Amino acid sequence: MSTTWQPSELQRERIAYRRRRARRSTVIALVSSVVLLALVVVGIGSTPGWPRVRATFFDVHRGWEALPVVAEGLWLNVRVMLVCAVLIVVFGLTLAILRTLRGPIFFPLRVFAAAYTDVFRGLPLLLVIFLLGFGVPALQLRGLPNQAVIWGGAALVLTYSSYVAEVFRAGIESVHPSQRAAARSLGLTYRQTLRFVVLPQAVRRVLPPLLNDFVSLQKDSGLIAVLGVIDAIRAAQLETAEDFNFTPYVVAGLLFVALTIPLTRLTDYVARRQGWYGGGGGPV
Amino acid sequence: MSLLSLRGVRKQYGENVVLDGFDLEVDAGECVVLIGASGSGKSTLLRCVNLLETVDDGVIELAGADITDPRADADKVRSGIGIVFQAYNLFPHLTVLDNITLAPIRVHRVPRATARTRAMEMLERVGLADKASAKPDELSGGQQQRAAIARAMVNSPQLMLLDEVTSALDPELVGEVLDLLRELKAEGMTMLVCTHEMAFARDVADQVCFLHHGRPLEIGPPAQVLDNPREARTQEFLRRVSGTTGR
Repeated sequence: MSTTWQPSELQRERIAYRRRRARRSTVIALVSSVVLLALVVVGIGSTPGWPRVRATFFDVHRGWEALPVVAEGLWLNVRVMLVCAVLIVVFGLTLAILRTLRGPIFFPLRVFAAAYTDVFRGLPLLLVIFLLGFGVPALQLRGLPNQAVIWGGAALVLTYSSYVAEVFRAGIESVHPSQRAAARSLGLTYRQTLRFVVLPQAVRRVLPPLLNDFVSLQKDSGLIAVLGVIDAIRAAQLETAEDFNFTPYVVAGLLFVALTIPLTRLTDYVARRQGWYGGGGGPV
Repeated sequence: MSLLSLRGVRKQYGENVVLDGFDLEVDAGECVVLIGASGSGKSTLLRCVNLLETVDDGVIELAGADITDPRADADKVRSGIGIVFQAYNLFPHLTVLDNITLAPIRVHRVPRATARTRAMEMLERVGLADKASAKPDELSGGQQQRAAIARAMVNSPQLMLLDEVTSALDPELVGEVLDLLRELKAEGMTMLVCTHEMAFARDVADQVCFLHHGRPLEIGPPAQVLDNPREARTQEFLRRVSGTTGR
């Protein structure tokens, strides 16, 4: 490109037009947001019960008071979520690979993987938590741990692995057969083809839906509270029980949101930088 | 003795018979070009030779060994045959260099450093040394196809299968790929080629085989099959092809 290039009269006019349009769009977006917000605030604020609701759910002083306890509970959620996420990825990927295996020797494994995903995708998570959290310790088997947090975590792993396995399987099947043909034609075995050609492409493709499941896991980790574990939700519940002020719940909710937003943004950023989402589509 | 020998090879998908008792002999160092209309069975033939499809009858022998025997080690057979596809089929998540070194490192257990040196030599040959660390989607179609040829060649195969390797390329990129194939032929590589490039067939082929309804209808040196075809079907096909490509 020549360094002496100056935009033509036509191009300068276009740039000015686009700038005017952009400015106009910003103003419209601002005005519509302010109007909508005002309507919501005025609408809710003018309801007869609002002062009561505000005192019960949005008491800033009460929220500040409850924050340390709820945050400590949240730390448990975070740890449960991190440990479970690792196990879920390993177990889910194993299930997905089992379902794609060929050959008669793998028949029982294929059936197991298919039956497993069918059952655990159908069972309500709360039910699995109850069954494992109360059922297994009640067996009074020696050598098995009986902390509620472990069995609650196990329930999360069992249920979420079935979702994640299906996500991985969809990714594996989305890799075009010509990629397998190319790999096999080079002499790679079925296993090497899966390991070096299919899985790397599949995992990249399913990263966004996978992240979706982990955001959901972060929230569902609160369900282990039913076993008596003191996580963020349970901590908020205990706080609430003192004075029937529900603000601690709102605090817990805000903390959960504050955790998930950076996670989503980070993944989007990494994925875009690596070009995982495919080439840019231009202005359309 | 022929390097590759097909006898009575049959392949059908449901009711559709794609290869109907196919016989073909390819000698070592020879270039055999398969021509014929779409659906005449050219690509299926190559896929059968590379064991990407299982034949329904007949025998394919490579260097005297029956590779269609279900007891044959298919991975071992494939690693001795190079195939290049119409759509390149490079691995998009790997760099050009890693595409080429994948099979030597994983299949042939060549040390990583040796594999990289050999891959770089191969890239040098196909004129892509400066693209070693590029991803396939950063390359033009002709560059991708040359990378795919390098990937197939790095295993030092005894036979190369080329399936319409120029059909997805812009006309001005076809030449660079065909030049590369001419060099391979000059070095004594045995090649079985499907193509619509009649000029290339005339120039490089030792034998041209015209396929019709899954059979080799006419086979012989290019001067005979392309310039003085005996069969009416061959004449008709060549007329149609020259009508569309202006050759």
